[in-house]
Amino acid sequence: MTLNHPPIYLDYHATTPCDPRVLAEMLPWFTEKFGNPGSVTHAYGREAADAVERARAQLAHLIGAEPREIVFTSGATEANNLAVKGAAHFHRALGKDHIVTLATEHKCVLESCRALEGEGFRVTYLPVEPNGLLDLARLEAALDESTALVSVMAAHNEIGVLQPLAEVAALAHAKGALLHTDAAQAAGKIPLDVARLGVDLMSISGHKMYGPKGVGVLYVRRRPRARIVPLFDGGGQERTLRSGTLPTPLCVGIGAAAAIAEQALVGEAERLLGLRRRFLAAIRARLPDAVLNGDAERRLPGNLNLSFPGVPAPDLMAACPALALSSGSACTAAEIEPSYVLRALGLPDDLAAASIRIGLGRGNTEEEVDFAAETIAASVRRLAPGGVKNAVSGAT
Amino acid sequence: MSARLTYLDWNATAPVLPEVAAAMGEWLARPGNASSVHRWGRAARQAVEAARREVAALAGLPAGHIIFTASGTEANQTVLRGVSGRRLVSALEHDSMRAGEDIELIPSRVDGTVDLAALERMLAAGPRPALVSVMLANNETGVVQPVAEAARLAHRAGALFHADAVQAAGKLALDKAAPGADLLTLSAHKIGGPQGLGALVASPALALAPLVAGGGQESGRRAGTENVAGIVGFGVAARLAAARAGDDASVAALRDEAERRLLEIASDARIFGGAALRLANTLCITMPRVPAATQVMALDLAGVMVSAGAACSSGKLRRSPVLEAMGVSPFHADCAIRVSLGWSTTAADIDHLVEAWSALYHRTRATAA
Repeated sequence: MTLNHPPIYLDYHATTPCDPRVLAEMLPWFTEKFGNPGSVTHAYGREAADAVERARAQLAHLIGAEPREIVFTSGATEANNLAVKGAAHFHRALGKDHIVTLATEHKCVLESCRALEGEGFRVTYLPVEPNGLLDLARLEAALDESTALVSVMAAHNEIGVLQPLAEVAALAHAKGALLHTDAAQAAGKIPLDVARLGVDLMSISGHKMYGPKGVGVLYVRRRPRARIVPLFDGGGQERTLRSGTLPTPLCVGIGAAAAIAEQALVGEAERLLGLRRRFLAAIRARLPDAVLNGDAERRLPGNLNLSFPGVPAPDLMAACPALALSSGSACTAAEIEPSYVLRALGLPDDLAAASIRIGLGRGNTEEEVDFAAETIAASVRRLAPGGVKNAVSGAT
Repeated sequence: MSARLTYLDWNATAPVLPEVAAAMGEWLARPGNASSVHRWGRAARQAVEAARREVAALAGLPAGHIIFTASGTEANQTVLRGVSGRRLVSALEHDSMRAGEDIELIPSRVDGTVDLAALERMLAAGPRPALVSVMLANNETGVVQPVAEAARLAHRAGALFHADAVQAAGKLALDKAAPGADLLTLSAHKIGGPQGLGALVASPALALAPLVAGGGQESGRRAGTENVAGIVGFGVAARLAAARAGDDASVAALRDEAERRLLEIASDARIFGGAALRLANTLCITMPRVPAATQVMALDLAGVMVSAGAACSSGKLRRSPVLEAMGVSPFHADCAIRVSLGWSTTAADIDHLVEAWSALYHRTRATAA
């Protein structure tokens, strides 16, 4: 195997590079057309405001929404905070003080829920099945008339599983609760239609779909209206739901990214699915012990989460410096603890600690996937207890 | 419609500096989450931390004091909502610093400075205050506030002192202008950095509940994947702003010339904040009996971009809370516009403003007559 292969980026769930077309659209808005979109009384301001509205329409189109249902934020984390805390705070006045979410949600949803518990809200953290999917009967049993919000991720950031949002929405609505979904990993990767899914609030991130970092959106349904209160106040931008000068270049960037993703979605999903299958087959041929975490089929086309028994993830990552791998969410990448998500699937600590996440994306090729699988397999064989021989003959 | 365009709304936002755009472009094109441990992530982390040092240097503080936020508004609101207890806030503050429940407003003096005697009385009158907030320089009038004295009063009463330095950064030397501030708010896009980034400057020892919770970024004080390119741009802008701060003689000369010439044209015009120490770039002026909306529209048609107060929500024109706090009568406040200059403003820009303003003035006076 050649050691001087150019580095391969396999961490598209952590972040993606800006698409060159996105970047090209953004650049003029930094230096030439730099107005504050709130300054609609003059030419530069109106020009910026028009650009922001075009971007809003592009995002709305991606998910089948109306432009005025799109609220710009600084990212999916802020959008998730706004959705969860905003819905909870609005509905407390109506006597609804209960929130239902999954134990495997992103940290920012869980932390928002914890903050709400500190304010007296009740939160149910539902467990998931060993394949990472929620149990609808369990969800139904957890809901009651006091439930204000159900928050369930569309596509998981670590294990890639796709939750049955339409069914979740039906159950939530039957009890008068709103459904929020964190679609940071799903948007632009799989088709999302807010009307068909029945989602009331949806978070999207720019930098997970080849747009810029520092911008996201929250979809807020208007009919029937999903009522939320802002996280913070100020100049009253975004129909008072999110104050602060709108960053025109970032809005333009996420809008362009949404338009490109919408157009490329089907073809790219098929291509990534092909790469994923190729990668998994190459790994399984070499490492029969490897465990795939999360449902094998109901997952993002570009996602794999694999455990290599006896090979701690940090050791494997250190042995593959040319590959951008991760041991889970980037937010907690520096933590030594095994992923709480994998634990929630029922993985024992040693297996959870021996897991890596692979996020395939637009830049990856078959050649890269082949090289990466070969590199990982060789490293796992070298690092596994008992060395090469044991791992190779480890078929059970 | 005029072919020539003159931008004189720099307090609303400024163009991104070329050096900033170049540094950002490179980072926008690269993958790399600053929290990832692989080489792409580590490179992003290094870039973020280098920028943090530059932003900290602008405030004259160590890097550990910088919490990156998505805006000055968010930084202000983190302070306002993160500090519980009695909060005394200058009536001249930006909307984002006055938007809170049970805020006690410190009145303004007619010259546009916060009334320190009133602050002192308020501090003495009630229970121990938790926070006093006075901006360094006002966004509408440019009036530089007596923050050193306000900080002293706040500290004597046992309160934290916060200064919104969004408009002052890059114009005043922050370490000298805001001695004793426990908390400072900065915004990147007012100093030639990108929109979508601000910073809250706070000692790491200070406990502040985060508004945006989640992945533990920014030492647990502000969650969300770091906007690496934006932060890099903020760093470059901060370095350039630090070099620029205090070097305002040419901008001051242009502003003073504009003020002189506008007053020459309209003897009944009034300047707000002119009696106090002001930022060199800001001019708040009223053309009596011509509503601000009419003025900004007419100037816009002539190709001159100014504003009627702060640029915030949806361009709705309302009476300036700043001028109201200064005791300016509605007759004058409703006819006030803000002209704000920047580093690329030229004498020709001032000529353009004076010409357009003069034409409007004479037109309205002719109609009135």
